[in-house]
Amino acid sequence: MESGMRESYGEDTGCPENCNAPDLRVQIGSLALRNPVMTASGTFGYAREFENLVDLDQLGGIIVKGISLQPKPGNPPPRIVETSCGMLNAIGLENVGVDRFISGKMPYLRKLSTPVVVNILGDSVEEYSEIARKLDGVEGVAALEVNISCPNVKKGGVAFGTVPEMAARVTEAVRQASQLPLIVKLSPNVTDIVLMAKAVEGAGADAVSLINTLIGMAIDPVSRRPKLANVIGGLSGPAIKPVALRMVWQVAQAISLPVIGIGGITTANDALEFFLAGATAVQVGTANFYDPSSTGNIVQGLKGYLQEQGEDRLVDIIGTLKIGTD
Amino acid sequence: MSEFQQKCSLVGRDRLADDVYRLTLQAPRIAAHAQPGQFVMVRVSDGLDPLLRRPFSIHRVFANGDISLLFKIIGKGTEMLAHCCLGDELDLVGPLGNGFVLPDEGPVCLIGGGMGIAPLLFLAEQLHMTGRETGNDYVLLGARTQDELTPLDEEFAALGYTVQRATDDGSIGHKGFIPDLLDFILPEMTQVYTCGPHLMMENVVRQCRQAEVKCQVSLETHMACGIGACLGCTVNGKRGLVHVCKQGPVFKAENLEWSLE
Repeated sequence: MESGMRESYGEDTGCPENCNAPDLRVQIGSLALRNPVMTASGTFGYAREFENLVDLDQLGGIIVKGISLQPKPGNPPPRIVETSCGMLNAIGLENVGVDRFISGKMPYLRKLSTPVVVNILGDSVEEYSEIARKLDGVEGVAALEVNISCPNVKKGGVAFGTVPEMAARVTEAVRQASQLPLIVKLSPNVTDIVLMAKAVEGAGADAVSLINTLIGMAIDPVSRRPKLANVIGGLSGPAIKPVALRMVWQVAQAISLPVIGIGGITTANDALEFFLAGATAVQVGTANFYDPSSTGNIVQGLKGYLQEQGEDRLVDIIGTLKIGTD
Repeated sequence: MSEFQQKCSLVGRDRLADDVYRLTLQAPRIAAHAQPGQFVMVRVSDGLDPLLRRPFSIHRVFANGDISLLFKIIGKGTEMLAHCCLGDELDLVGPLGNGFVLPDEGPVCLIGGGMGIAPLLFLAEQLHMTGRETGNDYVLLGARTQDELTPLDEEFAALGYTVQRATDDGSIGHKGFIPDLLDFILPEMTQVYTCGPHLMMENVVRQCRQAEVKCQVSLETHMACGIGACLGCTVNGKRGLVHVCKQGPVFKAENLEWSLE
């Protein structure tokens, strides 16, 4: 590609050091990302936990641990179990609450050059609204991700994420409470995820992200007891990638909003599968735990793939899955 | 606090007993910053099963930048680790967590059960290096059989500590449990450090409380990240749940909930 064409993309945050590098920038509603690799909520803490291990300024976006109106202590231990190519968790949304998040975590986060997306959750529609209102206008908050899909709490999450009307109500309420770009994170634990996606699209979401964890369990045959104190938990990691990919593909075809793919992404090839299926961006989750370098490796791998394929821009490969013989 | 993710070459592999191994890895950056009681997260293979890293306390640190890990084969991850070959590269993240708080004064007692012995040798070496007189310090080591204590007991003894042993089968030392040995020693101690099976530590903590001796415990739990992000490694503290990876793995005993108190 000729360098002159690059200038038409405006100020380039995707390849400032090398204008021959492929352009990885993507757009999620009004939220501009330098690259499409974000960190998934609940797997990256409040980002500072990774400051020694990950170049935080090179990420596409950081989605912080889910935030509730009041601090939550989470579930009793044991909270995690390893499974084949995956893990189950029943953390129970432990978090510092929105006020301490704003006063204690945002001062660090807003110093980063990477957009910070705040994942929010509530036990009622009103709670979602109130958290959204508190975060609206807070310097450094680039977008909201509405969590209506956590399987590990008794109230709220599951009901909102499995009934289209409820999902729409929460989305509308947050939409009215905040000017920020609005991503709604969908649960895979439904009969038809396309219905859920359409419901939140109609209610004012700017994007959807999917999938959250799949509900699962594990049992110790010796003690004959569940391995999680909560009995059931959310399955994540490479084990769920095929399910996530299928759902992203189905949803991307059915709605016109950007879709953010999540589920077992560890390598650039994993991420590419999601882009080809129609995702505009991806979130890396469980891989942050076992390989903190995975996000950086994915960004580099995407550049390499695009160069090999003779593509100039990542956005040009989104949804280019070939099916059939043509 | 400095943490690193680095590929570390395996330079030593010793089989101490049937299923007990000691690996030595070139880990210069981790070695340069490690404190006794801290741990590393080890990726046992490049594959996806097992998926998660395994936490291991740092067993020894050498001036040349090597570190040692001591472990027993208990599952798929440790089995794979035990079969690594010299020259293999393992991906480590560390040093992680807090460390033992070193004593200001007075005799101390280090109590290790099973693989809980691992972090105590690093502690013992560090205490020795401070120029401290170790003649009044004790090390109590417990294991199933003599095989699991050798040569570890000799390594502690070489540093000047008075070493006492307890084995389940009586093959060396006291036949029985570590806490049986403690009653005679505890009145002279100002500080106890312990790591090992939970039941053993509960008994040690109870005895320390009765004798009004300070006690630091190092805990083992399942962890996914080791750096405070997953929040999976909680245990019950006196004031609610605490995270072993960040607030521990070393705790003052009085800050945790114990069922035998």
